Amino acid sequence: MSKVEFNKETGPREVFCGLTSIVWLHRRMPDAFFLVVGSRTCAHLIQSAAGVMIFAEPRFGTAILEEKDLAGLADAHEELDRVVNDLIARRPEIKTLFLVGSCPSEVIKLDLATVAEKLNKRFLGKVRFVNYSGSGIETTFTQGEDGALKALIPLMESSDEEKLLLVGTLANNVEDRFKKIFRNLGISNIESFPPRQSTELPKIGKNTKVLLTQPYLSDTVRDLKHLGCEIISAPFPLGIEGSTEWFLSAAKAFKISELKVHEIISPLINRAKLALESHKEILKGKRLFLLPESQLEISLARFLHNECEMDLIEVGTPYLNKDLMKEEINLLPDNTKIVEGQHVEKQLDRVRESNPDLVVCGMGLANPLEAEGISTKWSIEMVFSPIHGIDQAADLAGLFSKPLRRNQILTSKTLVRQ
Amino acid sequence: MELTLWTYEGPPHVGAMRIASSMKDIHYVLHAPQGDTYADLLFTMIERRGQRPPVTYTTFQARDLGGDTAELVKKNIKESVERFKPKTLLVGESCTAELIQDQPGALAKGMGFDMPIVNLELPAYSKKENWGASETFYQLTRTLLKEKVSSSEKISPLRWKELGRRPKVNILGPSLLGFRCRDDVIEIQRILSEQGIDTNVVAPLGASPDDIERLIDAEINICLYQEIAEASCEWLRRNFGMEFTNTIPIGIKNTIEFINEVHNKLDLPMTNKEELEHKSKLPWYSKSVDSNYLTGKRVFIFGDGTHAIAAAKIAKEELGFEVVGLGTYSREMARQVRATAKELNLVALITNNYLEVEDAMKKAAPELVLGTQMERHSAKRLGIPCSVISTPMHVQDVPARYSPQMGWEGANVIFDDWVHPLMMGLEEHLIDMFKHDFEFVDGHQSHLGHTATKTGDSVNSEDKEDKNSKEGIIWTESGRAELTKVPFFVRGKVKTNTEKYAILRGIPEISDETLYDAKAYFS
Ligand code: SF4
Ligand code: SF4
Repeated sequence: MSKVEFNKETGPREVFCGLTSIVWLHRRMPDAFFLVVGSRTCAHLIQSAAGVMIFAEPRFGTAILEEKDLAGLADAHEELDRVVNDLIARRPEIKTLFLVGSCPSEVIKLDLATVAEKLNKRFLGKVRFVNYSGSGIETTFTQGEDGALKALIPLMESSDEEKLLLVGTLANNVEDRFKKIFRNLGISNIESFPPRQSTELPKIGKNTKVLLTQPYLSDTVRDLKHLGCEIISAPFPLGIEGSTEWFLSAAKAFKISELKVHEIISPLINRAKLALESHKEILKGKRLFLLPESQLEISLARFLHNECEMDLIEVGTPYLNKDLMKEEINLLPDNTKIVEGQHVEKQLDRVRESNPDLVVCGMGLANPLEAEGISTKWSIEMVFSPIHGIDQAADLAGLFSKPLRRNQILTSKTLVRQ
Repeated sequence: MELTLWTYEGPPHVGAMRIASSMKDIHYVLHAPQGDTYADLLFTMIERRGQRPPVTYTTFQARDLGGDTAELVKKNIKESVERFKPKTLLVGESCTAELIQDQPGALAKGMGFDMPIVNLELPAYSKKENWGASETFYQLTRTLLKEKVSSSEKISPLRWKELGRRPKVNILGPSLLGFRCRDDVIEIQRILSEQGIDTNVVAPLGASPDDIERLIDAEINICLYQEIAEASCEWLRRNFGMEFTNTIPIGIKNTIEFINEVHNKLDLPMTNKEELEHKSKLPWYSKSVDSNYLTGKRVFIFGDGTHAIAAAKIAKEELGFEVVGLGTYSREMARQVRATAKELNLVALITNNYLEVEDAMKKAAPELVLGTQMERHSAKRLGIPCSVISTPMHVQDVPARYSPQMGWEGANVIFDDWVHPLMMGLEEHLIDMFKHDFEFVDGHQSHLGHTATKTGDSVNSEDKEDKNSKEGIIWTESGRAELTKVPFFVRGKVKTNTEKYAILRGIPEISDETLYDAKAYFS
């Protein structure tokens, strides 16, 4: 790992908090509801950052704390009870209700675990209550998913059946593809966590082999390990290389020969390589700067360098779990500069100095950078788009080639005539 | 605790950000956790701004809480001042920081800077965005002008005469994330200058702290958006005697009244008054024969106070609509909205709950909704055309073209924006005449296709499921057939009215005749 240069930075950040992950989690589990216990800021965050505007009646909402709730915790508990009752009366189809903690609820020490416990007794057999924190004082952007999944683990029954458990939210079509490929490899017992219905949680035990699909699930992994699951060490299934290694690692855990894996996936690889060509043409030799946001940055950097031949200037990540990222870091080119944490101003200084061709960043920074003449790609699109797997490699590359292509179209021909 | 799936306003510190981002040479240090930085994207994405808001978040984390978050605040303040060199510094906290009581404003004041520091205390658990914007603008004005209070005499609106120059006014209230503010300012400045009136300062939009100090060089203030500027205008009146205007120049009549008010205040003779009526196409377009069909169109209005009140007046007096619902989420302006509603024989809906708004909308069975981004969605679900007249808004409500709401051009824009979602005059006639033609299926709107016929039907899904009323009244074949001929947007209302009538008369079965009887009875 010596070939990678690690840096840590502290200072003002420009990232979402963990509440944001509600937006993809609620799509994944349509029978669940996410109730943030927080402030007007929290409510405004999910509606603005996540475009609640596009959902008629979303399966998430906020119980906004008011002056009187701050005055006495007892009252706050009562109020929360009332809100939950109203909500369940309105949405009787809800099977699992996540009580999501926020910064304010944590600072006033609102004990959502106790509330959930009480509600579980009251709604026994009808609705299940779980709680986790998506607060910005504890979690960044994608870490909220880690909290939500961790909260579900105690509800999972045990089973010693041998199975492959894919952990991390995937788009449904990607999940289907993966399952099909694993079945072709000879692994037939495959489940996903989170499941498509919150009530259909997989059973786990000492013969459960866990394969992560997302790099931001440290706590979930730790708990699964405690319950006896075996964690398969692998890079993440982004791009051809990452996905291949990922399949190989799983196959190894199930004692399936490498040959077999190659036999099954090589047609996919050939197809994907072909599809990648046109994007590579644009991306090749272009200089990339990744600001920290989703924790997918390291995997993306690896893909964009190794398969699209981009040059890496800096790879930011809000948080680094070296253990989980070990395999990824091994695949990075020599002298990659990784910066953990953020001081957004200093980082932007470095962006300007290094004059990159493309910057991956959060939505708040994108237009200002564009206005300075720097092409950008929003991080948030990465967590909303199906980007995992060999079949999606070209689509993933497309997310990065598009802004560059656009820039070419606009500057070279139509707008600026030199 | 208030359960919200959608909120019309953000927290008060977002209001403060609107002021800070609207201005030059200002920096705002906001004691807040990392996630609160989402607010930046309101400016960079919805407003498509090419600059970041001038805000530094302290980004405190759970692990800082045990230690010294005050030190963290100071560090950020120091760094921000060094980096951005603002002429005025705003210091405040978001909802979470308010709970840990570090008092960042007081800390900043103790740090020995020589620039003015505005300490913003915006109670996040009881107030909201517009209030926060108003309070910030007020505190800023006060801080920058308070030293001049004692030394200055009261400002007479007639001072321009003594000074021998054209009268000068300030335009107060326009801000980023306000509805079409940028264009409104251009329009109003143009109108004033045509009348021989100069603009001294526009604030907060585009102003610097120096400009705020210059406010008192003008004779009067134009309070363009009451939500944001009224508190500051009041303070300037109390302390400097500056008068301010009350009329919001949205619509022809209001614009003329506004010009009148300004002239009266400044004692400026009003020139070519009748010419004013021809400055906008709205009066003629509204009068033209194609607009006949607009007569009595039922319109439901919901938005911020300023825009909702103006819309009600235009709808009724300038377009000949019937206002069937009026409301606002701005509690600060509830009184004025109630008064306007009363004039229209309505009870104003004052609420933060969009579901209540949707219910009211459904009951009122309008043919057009004028609302916010949220009403756009509700209206879509109900199959009713909608035009957005107020924040909160979508990126498409920040159009590239010049499209003010105020003044003459604003009236033109309003005519187009409100009328286009509807069918056009002759078109509506033709559809009515040929409605039995197989091409004109139920719920057909127009080639403009603003409302999907599918969703139009969904309003009535209720009717379809339960063909007979809850009170046990039976709809006969003929009654039901007649009901489906009623335009879908009033069908619900006709159904309830007919049933009400049937109950009243003790009629057990509703036939086509009953429906006509009921119609006659209620008209
Ligand atoms: S982010 Fe933009 S496009 Fe998305 S819902 Fe909000 S305004 Fe609309
Ligand atoms: S950072 Fe904290 S207060 Fe802000 S939106 Fe996230 S959870 Fe709410």
